[in-house]
Amino acid sequence: MKVAVVHTGVANLASVLAGLRRVGGDPVVTTDADEVAEAPAAFLPGVGAFGPGMEALRAGGLDQALRERIAADRPTTCICLGLQLLARASEESPGVAGLGVLDGEVTRFRGDVLVPQFGWNLVHPTPGCRLLEPGHAYFANSYKLDALPPGWEGALGDHGGPFVAAVERGRVLGCQFHPELSGVWGQALLRRWLEAAAC
Amino acid sequence: MLTRRVIPCLDVRDGRVVKGVRFQNLRDAGDPAEQAARYEATGADELVILDVSATPEGRANAAHTVAAVRRVLGIPLTVGGGIRAVDDAARLLDAGADKVSVNTAAVTDPALLERLAARFGRQFTVIAIDAARNPAGGWEVVVRSGTHRPGLDAVGWARDAVARGAGEILLTSWDQDGTREGYDTALLAAVSDAVDVPVIASGGADHAEHLVEALRAGADAVLAASIFHDGDTTPARVKDVIATHGFEVRR
Repeated sequence: MKVAVVHTGVANLASVLAGLRRVGGDPVVTTDADEVAEAPAAFLPGVGAFGPGMEALRAGGLDQALRERIAADRPTTCICLGLQLLARASEESPGVAGLGVLDGEVTRFRGDVLVPQFGWNLVHPTPGCRLLEPGHAYFANSYKLDALPPGWEGALGDHGGPFVAAVERGRVLGCQFHPELSGVWGQALLRRWLEAAAC
Repeated sequence: MLTRRVIPCLDVRDGRVVKGVRFQNLRDAGDPAEQAARYEATGADELVILDVSATPEGRANAAHTVAAVRRVLGIPLTVGGGIRAVDDAARLLDAGADKVSVNTAAVTDPALLERLAARFGRQFTVIAIDAARNPAGGWEVVVRSGTHRPGLDAVGWARDAVARGAGEILLTSWDQDGTREGYDTALLAAVSDAVDVPVIASGGADHAEHLVEALRAGADAVLAASIFHDGDTTPARVKDVIATHGFEVRR
C-alpha cells in the first residue's frame, strides 16, 4: 500500500522508509498537501522542535490535510514530534498553536531522569487499544503529553512519572516512540496499522 | 524506567566485517547486513558499526554498507569512523544511520560537535573517546587508532564534549580493548560521574559478569564485539544474566 511520508525537513527518513518497506508498505516521500490528503495511508515523522515543525506543516497546507485525514479516520501515523504536533500547544515553543487534534499540552520531562529520554522503555496500552500491545519501545524525546486526551485510547510509559507513549483512535496512531527502531515489536505494530489501513 | 542496553559492535573494512586485537591482524568475519540481522534477532538493543577502512575508496563504501544494514535492521544504528565534517555525517544519516560517532576529528576540531548538534540534534551526536591509563594518574585520550596521544585528560574531554553538544559517550578503554579481561570500571565510574548523558562502556568484555561490572560502575549501556562474533554468547543470553543482578533489560 502506498504510504505518503510527510517530509518536513530535518527528519532523518531512511529508518522510517526502511521500516515501512519491511512491513510491505510502499512509502513515497512528499511535501505536497494534495498527495498527503489523497494517499491511502499517511505517515508524519518528526524530529526537531515544535515551532519549526508546525511552521513547516502550515507552509504547504499540510496542517489542514492532516487534520482532515484524522477527522475522517483515514489511516494516519504520527511519530515522535509528529505526535506532539497533534496537541494544542507545547512548552517547547510557547505561543505556537499545534494541530489541536488532541486536547492536551506538551511538557518537558521533569525530575531526576535523563533528558532526553534515550533508550528502551516499557509501554502499557489501555484495554480498548486495537493496534497497541504491551512491550518495550525505543524513545528519543525531551517532551511528551502528560495524560491521554479524551476520546482516545493509548499507552503510557514511566520516565520520572507517567507520560503518553502513544495514542490511537480507529486507524489513526500517534507514537512518542520510534516504531521503526523498536525491533520486532515495533515492526508488528506498523504491520497491524497497515493491515487496518487496508480494510 | 529505561532499560540498560546491550550493543554489539561490528568493525567494518571495505564493506566486510573484520576482527582483530587493537586494530591489528584484522581477519574477515562476514557480511555486515547478515550479522546485523542476526544480532537483532538474538536480542541486541542497538548496533554500532565502526568503519575502520584505511583508504578513501574503502571509506566511500561505508554509506553502501549502512544502507544495506538499514534495509534489514529495525533497531537504532550508530555509525562511526572517518567522520570529519557535517557533510560526512549527513551522508551516513541519509544512508540510514540514526546516530553518528566522532572521535579523532572532534579532538582536532572540538567545534565539530557543536556543528553536528546544531544541524542534527544532540541525540544524533555521539562522542567516541579512547582512553588510556596515565602512569601519572587518571586517563588520557588516545587518537588515530592509538598512535597519537594529544595530552588530553579523558574525563575533562568527556565533560567538554558534552557541553559542546554530544548526547552520548562511547567510552573505550585502550588498555582493556581486545584483552577480554573486563572493562576499566574505574574509568567508567569517573566519566559517568562527570557527565549527565548516557555512557556506553567498551573494551575488554569476555563474559556477562564483565557487563554487569560495567553497569554497576555507572554505564548505561555496554558494547561488546568479540564475545558476540564468535557465537560464544548472544545479547539475549547476557541480558538474562544482567537481569538477575537487578538491572532492567528489554526481553
